[in-house]
Amino acid sequence: MDDLYREVIIEHYKNPGYRGRLDPHDIQFADNNPLCGDHIEISLRTDESGTITDARFNGHGCAISQASADLLVESIIGKPVEEVKQLNKQYILDMLGIDLGPVRLKCALLSLKVLKAGVYGLGEASDSLVE
Amino acid sequence: MLNVKEIRKEFPILQREIKPGTPLVYLDSTATSQKPFAVIKAMDDYYRLSNANIHRGVHTLAEEATAMYEQARVKIAKFINAESAHQIIYTRNTTESINLVAYSWARANLRSGDLVILTEMEHHSNLVPWHILQAERGIELDFIPVTEDGLLDMDAYKALLGRGPKLVSFAHMSNVLGTINPAAQIIRLAHEAGAVTLVDAAQSVPHLKIDVQSLDADFLAFSAHKMCGPTGIGALYGKIELLEAMPPFLGGGDMIREVHLRSFRPNSLPYKFEAGTPAIAESVGFGAAVDYLSALGMGQIAAHEHEITEYALERLEEVPGVKVFGPSAEHKGGVTAFTLDGVHPHDVAQILDKDGIAVRAGHHCAQPLHEKFGIPATSRASFYLYNTKEEVDLLINGIYKVKELFG
Repeated sequence: MDDLYREVIIEHYKNPGYRGRLDPHDIQFADNNPLCGDHIEISLRTDESGTITDARFNGHGCAISQASADLLVESIIGKPVEEVKQLNKQYILDMLGIDLGPVRLKCALLSLKVLKAGVYGLGEASDSLVE
Repeated sequence: MLNVKEIRKEFPILQREIKPGTPLVYLDSTATSQKPFAVIKAMDDYYRLSNANIHRGVHTLAEEATAMYEQARVKIAKFINAESAHQIIYTRNTTESINLVAYSWARANLRSGDLVILTEMEHHSNLVPWHILQAERGIELDFIPVTEDGLLDMDAYKALLGRGPKLVSFAHMSNVLGTINPAAQIIRLAHEAGAVTLVDAAQSVPHLKIDVQSLDADFLAFSAHKMCGPTGIGALYGKIELLEAMPPFLGGGDMIREVHLRSFRPNSLPYKFEAGTPAIAESVGFGAAVDYLSALGMGQIAAHEHEITEYALERLEEVPGVKVFGPSAEHKGGVTAFTLDGVHPHDVAQILDKDGIAVRAGHHCAQPLHEKFGIPATSRASFYLYNTKEEVDLLINGIYKVKELFG
């Protein structure tokens, strides 16, 4: 568990591959976890067939929130938006590959919440998006 | 001098290993304290031998249970030097005690435009009930500012008093900064300005010797679970004349003298404010916790904690990148909230947990205070009678590990 945390979380936290902001973008959304100060913004570019051609995240906060954002954004490039709309909590857990208690889970799910609120075109991100 | 080695043996949970070979280092007593065998046994014995509902039965068990419930009340009264046990109202916790004052005393005594003074270092339980009342009734709220050193700005307080507040409600000890506020002085000044006072003593009763008569507090609230007692029970102390004049809080059984189809008469103190079957086993645990702490002596406990806190502050200061919030050791109880440059408090707490070290991360139910200091969250290590200098050393080693991992 130790080594996995180190490799996956700390590696992507210190050296994210997909940090940034797309300009122009087709979809952009941001949200934060006020309880601990995590903030995530995600921007996407899509083509006419509704496939995500590029994605970036920006933000600040704990290692788990930032690392899972980096991993999430990397994983959705090339996916159709319709598929992204179906992503859930288990997807994130499988992606991170470590056990998370309910408190840290919220950190890990923030980027998914932001992504889904963005692709659904919602006004605000709610927890029901990541059940 | 406390014999901490012997004391630790009395707390079964302190023998626990978080993972094999990694003993628990519990530095989160400000969130909740651990329980000695004596408290656990008292509640266990109650359920095995004396469990019955109180106040209404005539049978042996009912008499025993009632006696135990009321004896615990007497012990609690004595512990804080209340004149009479009738001034101790059992509640669920400090939060409920404060809400009781807000719902019962404040609704009967405060009108639109009346001023309530709070502070910038309050726990949400001493902010939100007043927000609710403000929305409902249009009372005004103002706040004693906190200085950079984590102390209350007493000059600003005196200026606020000039506006004729009706209530001053404040934390005796901050659960983030550890600041021990000059309660007697705050209360005296409030009284001179004609205000009633409410002391949030959730952090102070467990760690300091409290004398409600010498403080001259009008209301004082605290919880059992922070003072080696069980969760689910706390107390509100009040001056008799105030409590007598207040309308009931929750309505139901036991808080009544008589009930007809269309009316009721409330019971006398303290029962007027205790509706429904209470947490009887918990009251027994509460009394046992009071006995346990009294036997050790609050002076001894406070002295031990002070020593550990001073040592912790010294060691934390050595670590590059660590910033501790709050005053220096002389104004501070055993609570150290800190940040580590470049590492989020959640990550600090997570890595420390791998070494069995339990600290808390977040805003500790004090978001406005964190906003004031411009930080979203802190990590918090807190100390109690069962903590040692060795545990502080382990904490510091853990923090160095976090630095290395994230470096």
